[in-house]
Parts: sequence; C-alpha cells; structure tokens
Amino acid sequence: MKRRDFIQNTALTSALLGVSGLSLSSFKAANTKHLTILHTNDVHSYIDPFPPNHPKNPGMGGVARRAALIETIRKENPNVLLLDAGDIFQGTPYFNYYGGELEFKLMSMMKYDLATIGNHDFDNGIEGLYKQLPNATFEFVSANYDFKNTIMNGHVQPYKILNKDGIKVGVFGLGVGLDGLVDKRNSKETVYNDPVGVSQDMARILKHEKQCDLVICLSHIGYKYKDEPDKICDTKLATSTKDIDLIIGGHTHTFLDKPTILKNADGQDVLVNQVGCYGVNLGRIDVYFENDKTKITSGRSIIVS
Amino acid sequence: MTKLKNYAVVLKLFVLFLTFTIALSCAEKKYTVTRIEGKEIGITNKNAEVADIENFIKPYRDKIDADLNLVLANAPVTIDKTGEWQTPMGNFLADITFEKSDKVFQIREKKAIDICLLNHGGIRTIIPKGDVTARTAYEIMPFENSAIVVALKGEQILELVNYFISEKKPHPLRGLTFTISKDNQPKNIMVNGMPLVNDKIYYVATSDYLTNGGDNMNFFKKGVEKFDLDYKLRNIIIDYFKENKTITANKDIRITKEQ
Repeated sequence: MKRRDFIQNTALTSALLGVSGLSLSSFKAANTKHLTILHTNDVHSYIDPFPPNHPKNPGMGGVARRAALIETIRKENPNVLLLDAGDIFQGTPYFNYYGGELEFKLMSMMKYDLATIGNHDFDNGIEGLYKQLPNATFEFVSANYDFKNTIMNGHVQPYKILNKDGIKVGVFGLGVGLDGLVDKRNSKETVYNDPVGVSQDMARILKHEKQCDLVICLSHIGYKYKDEPDKICDTKLATSTKDIDLIIGGHTHTFLDKPTILKNADGQDVLVNQVGCYGVNLGRIDVYFENDKTKITSGRSIIVS
Repeated sequence: MTKLKNYAVVLKLFVLFLTFTIALSCAEKKYTVTRIEGKEIGITNKNAEVADIENFIKPYRDKIDADLNLVLANAPVTIDKTGEWQTPMGNFLADITFEKSDKVFQIREKKAIDICLLNHGGIRTIIPKGDVTARTAYEIMPFENSAIVVALKGEQILELVNYFISEKKPHPLRGLTFTISKDNQPKNIMVNGMPLVNDKIYYVATSDYLTNGGDNMNFFKKGVEKFDLDYKLRNIIIDYFKENKTITANKDIRITKEQ
C-alpha cells in the first residue's frame, strides 16, 4: 500500500514537472540559498526574564522576548532552523511545579525544529521526559544515547534530515557521559556510547550517503574542559572528525565572545558555538549556499562577530 | 487481463525511468556552502514580547507566585559562588545543611554529625543582595535531592580529602579542615578541631545524589552505614530562611593551600 502511494506520488510529481517544465529551469535562476540557524542551550526552565537588579544577568532573557526576536528574524528570512542543545529542564520552579510541560509547550509555540537530550532532561526520570513528549511538536535527536531498553525507545532518532527551501540539512545529536552525572535511578537502561566514533559514522552517512548540503552536530557534551584536557568536548570533536560543518553545543554554560572556528581532521573549517545558558542569548548562524559550480570559488568564508 | 498487466509493467518502468531522471537532476541540485556568518544576540528588555506567549505563561506563573513570593529573609550582601577551594555559597549551604541535618540525626539516631559535604555543581545560583524568598531556595537547589548521612571510616575521610585535591573544585564542606602542601599532599587533617583517626567512624551528611555515584565521590560507596533523613535539601534552605531574618555566609578557612 505504502509502495503504491509512493509510485503514485512519484508519477504525480513527474507529471507536474513535465507540465510546468519550469521547476528545473527556474531552478537555475535561483541558485543562491540562505538558511538561518537559530539556537539555544541550557535554558533550564528559565521562562521569565531575570529581575533588573540581578547581579549576573540583570533584565536578561525571557521566553516572550525570545519568541519576538525569532518572529522578527523569520520575517527577514523565512528559511529558519530552530534548534536547542539540551538541558531544557530544571532550574526554576516552573519545572518543579509542571515537570517540563510549559517548557515544551512554549518551544512548540516558537516552532523549534529539533532538540537534543541533556543530562538534566533526565531529572524527573526517563518516565518524566517521556510523559512530556505529547507537549512537544519538535523532535529529539541523539546518536550516542541508546534508548533501546527504555520507555523512550523509538522516540529519539540518531539524526534527522530536514529540507529547508531545497537545502538538505542533516542534524545529529550527542549526549554527555551519564556516569557520575545522572542518577542511575533516573537514566535507567540508557546506554552512553563514545561520541567520536558515533560522530564519524553520522557525518559520513549524512554527508556522503544521504548527500546533505549541511551537517550539524547538536551536542550536549560540553565546549571544553580546562581541568580535564582528555575529556571529549565540542572543540576536540571538531578537530578529530570530518564532514561536520557546525557544532552547536551546550552543557558547560559557556559564554563565548564569538563562535569558534577550528580545522577538522581534513583541514576544513568547522564552526563551534554555544550561547551560555538560561535563555539570555540566542545564537544566530547564517549559511549561504550556491549550486552554480562556476560561481563556487575555492573554500568558504566564515565571518564571526 | 494480460494487456492490463503489461500496461502496469510499462507504467512501472516509466515511473522508474522518471524517478531515475529526477534522482539525477536532484544530484545536480547539490548545494555548496559559500559563506557562514555566526553571532550571538543578547535578549534584553529592548526586545519586544509576544503577547500570546506572555498570556500563555501567566496562569502558570500566577500559581507559582502565590506560593513562593513571600519574603522570608534578607541578604545584606550578595552571596556568590566564586572561589578556588571554597565559596561563600558553598560555606553557607554546608553550614546550614550540617546544622539542620544534625538536629534530625540527634533526635532519630542519638548521634552527632561530624562533617557535611555537598557538591559545587549542585549549587545552581547565588543569593543576590536583598529580599530572600522560597523562590530563591528553588533556584539554588532545584533538584529533588534529600539529605543522607553516611558513616565513613577515617581512611575514607582521607580518600575524601584526596578527592578534593585531585578534583580541584570548591565543594561545600563543613566540619573538616586540611592543608594542601606545595607538593599537593594533604596534611593537618582535622575533624572539628581533632586530628583524623584512621579507624574511627565519622558521620557525614551529604546528598543522595552523591551517595548514588554523583560527581564520582566513590568513597561514599564504602560507607559502613547509611541513614536517610527524608529531608529535602531545598526544604532545609527554606526552613533556614524562615527561621533567620538575615542571611550571611561564614568566611572561615576550611581548606588551605600552601603557596
């Protein structure tokens, strides 16, 4: 039945292409595309802005303002990908009172596309996370957490491919090591796998097998660990893998002056970003694409500010 | 019938042909990244608000506000969480957790607590100067963790000290003092002013998160006895706020590093 649908759809599409004949030729005219990636991390249930007299983040943050900013950007460029790098839960009474219901509902209203799972998203147990899934219109990606023997089995994909105005974007998720961080009573039978091997596989599948135009790693493994230089983190991952274009991170609550540019194992540039925590910032990455080979000069330019 | 079948085959082949053609043209549509621009946008009071979102949040907020906005105490100065080996927030939490747990422990078990150890990562925010409410307690300690007392031998207390030295984190500590020598060795280990005795049993108040493997404090696994106080760490803070009008942190030195 499914197969017949597919054939019918294909036939229909072909027919439309044949009739109009424009789709392919008009394509050549519009060969530059613009994708705006917006991202948050470690929002930790901070829904209201900080009070104006707060010593660290006076008057910063707030979901209603973030939503307005996102709306403005969507008007400027409707081709937006909205991502969250985990630790959506835990940090204000909103989570203690409502268990993450409001966080997921608001993210759905803002039209988040994808999120990855942070260690604190296990704080009400894996059942607590599962219970809130009906409140989320967005999906979850995590390639190195194996949920097979948990209630979350089938609700988290390793990666997701999104078509954004003809641009094929592959996003895979990464979670931080659970030992010593998440109470076993909460994570239950969730298995953590080494992020490097998993990322190499994911990047290869997305870039080469699935032919994605852009590969994004949505990570909650942390930006960098000053006192633990051997611990895997976003900056190490960037330099030890290939075929990843962007690493959008979380976990370490890192405030960067500007996104970091690093060279991957192939000598190609990778952009690594993280925007602190508690929803005080929104990360914005604009990516421009070209499909006219004659216009593609060698390499790509990356501008960070 | 046969004609129909043939027709179906032809159609299938035709569709296959089309699919293949489309697949090929899709491959031609491959895009290359030419330029990436990255930046961070601060969210401030200069940003407008989406009224629908604000209205959606309001009933959720009102219910919480009704419960948590009552002013319980006042902090004359901000209690922050900066410091190399100990922090004002760490001292404050270790001291009040020690004090409150000790009361319960004395009544229930007729024993006294010797040491309190919590974890730095578990302190989620500071106490800003000014009014202190139950909300402050939720923000400091959002987790549902509770106080637990573990009976540890002196040798495990030494492991605890070595853990501090290797982790280099200002975990909240009360009741135990020691010095780190220039070559990173512990010395002058004292429990409530008395030298550490290897085979003596010490009662350490901590969080169930840490006794379950949190922050790899593995010495807790060697505990000879465990007492669950059924007292949430957040409720300890709220109770302390209710009973004390002025909130300040002790500044006594618990860990000394020789330079």
